Amino acid sequence: MDKYINTPITEQVTKELKAGDYVYITGTVYVARDAAHKRMIEALQRGEDLPIDIKNSTIYYMGPSPAREGRPIGSAGPTTASRMDKYAPALLDLGEKGMIGKGKRTKEVIDAIVRNHAVYFAAVGGAGALLSKCITKSEIICYEDLGAEAIRKIEVENFPAIVVVDCEGNNLYETAIKEFASL
Amino acid sequence: MRTVNTEILIQNIKEMCIEANHYLSEDMDEAMKKAVSTEKSELGKKILNQLQENLKIADEDMIPICQDTGMAVIFLEIGQDVHLEGMAIGDAVNEGVRRGYTEGFLRKSVVGDPLIRENTKDNTPAVIHYDIVPGDKIKITIAPKGFGSENMSRIFMLKPADGVEGVKEAILTAVKDAGPNACPPMVVGVGIGGTFEKCAILAKKALTRPAGEHSEIPYVREMETEMLEKINRLGIGPGGLGGTTTALAVNINTYPTHIAGLPVAVNICCHVNRHVVREI
Repeated sequence: MDKYINTPITEQVTKELKAGDYVYITGTVYVARDAAHKRMIEALQRGEDLPIDIKNSTIYYMGPSPAREGRPIGSAGPTTASRMDKYAPALLDLGEKGMIGKGKRTKEVIDAIVRNHAVYFAAVGGAGALLSKCITKSEIICYEDLGAEAIRKIEVENFPAIVVVDCEGNNLYETAIKEFASL
Repeated sequence: MRTVNTEILIQNIKEMCIEANHYLSEDMDEAMKKAVSTEKSELGKKILNQLQENLKIADEDMIPICQDTGMAVIFLEIGQDVHLEGMAIGDAVNEGVRRGYTEGFLRKSVVGDPLIRENTKDNTPAVIHYDIVPGDKIKITIAPKGFGSENMSRIFMLKPADGVEGVKEAILTAVKDAGPNACPPMVVGVGIGGTFEKCAILAKKALTRPAGEHSEIPYVREMETEMLEKINRLGIGPGGLGGTTTALAVNINTYPTHIAGLPVAVNICCHVNRHVVREI
């Protein structure tokens, strides 16, 4: 089912999303990969504040290619989410509601999704040129020294994604594969 | 003896890095188009159509097909009658990569040390495989490799008793485990035989063979066809979200091996299987 949603994503929204829904996301989204996640978790361990407003936030796992002149961003497709698995539960427990990436998640992450009524979306891997067209603004907000891995705040408009793990823990990667398996 | 200045090598490598990251080669383009018409899942078809649109945007607007513009893997087949003048050959190759990735707005994804992990900021060094061959030409193959799929690649040191069935099982296991992480539809490069490192290089090189072109060895050709069919019955599908297009090609290379061993490497590549070849 096609759905149009806006960020920040609240619990009221995630409760309506089901694994397999095709969504178009509009609003502010943070961008971070594993190096940035590692730093955020280290900051928390030192008792410091996070550099982003985590409550009801959506984090897109992505490291763009450099922008050409006149464009907000370069190629901007999802990276493999499992590299963030070690860090995601702590952020979900602090209020992160949406994650956009690609690929399987661990049981610990799925448990944290259910516990916090969050959602995991997949964007299409290897469609970085197409997805960059849905990003209207991009600014680096911290960890600039990480280059392509710095944390960014971006504005997206009708960004296409698919609900893979919904707030009840239903996992499209498992159910959809079974439907088409014939070996 | 033919003399080639390394500046020519640098210029070609620069252009090839940019070309590989913006346009798919004809074989991959055809395989992707064909997949749209054969895919059985509606969502799978939708994803494949998005990937078609993505290729069009990449081409028209000069945006890399994928943001992971890869670590530059370069195969150099250097004729033994070529004399290179100018820079040291490794430095020249890296200079070409440096210029390509910097001037071409490609992502710099290389860290200088695997554990200290500081970005080198120009995507060097490349991974270079040299071969000395007869003749006075230099054949350059550039295959920028993204790590979503590279991370899902495997080496299996099988026993001779495992035989053909063991090899087939190893291939299926690698693809199944890769699933959605490797950005399917994938291309599966397989190396069988040689030693531990040789089979890995065979698998990597298999990925540079045009999709749809088969091995010249009859039994290997049959195995390629059979494995492609089996992989596409796993149900993984485009984006790993279910469907009948999990792989676009299975390319297998073989090499003699030791009486005691049967090494098998499975190098998985996503649908952005970049490979550009030039001969100078």
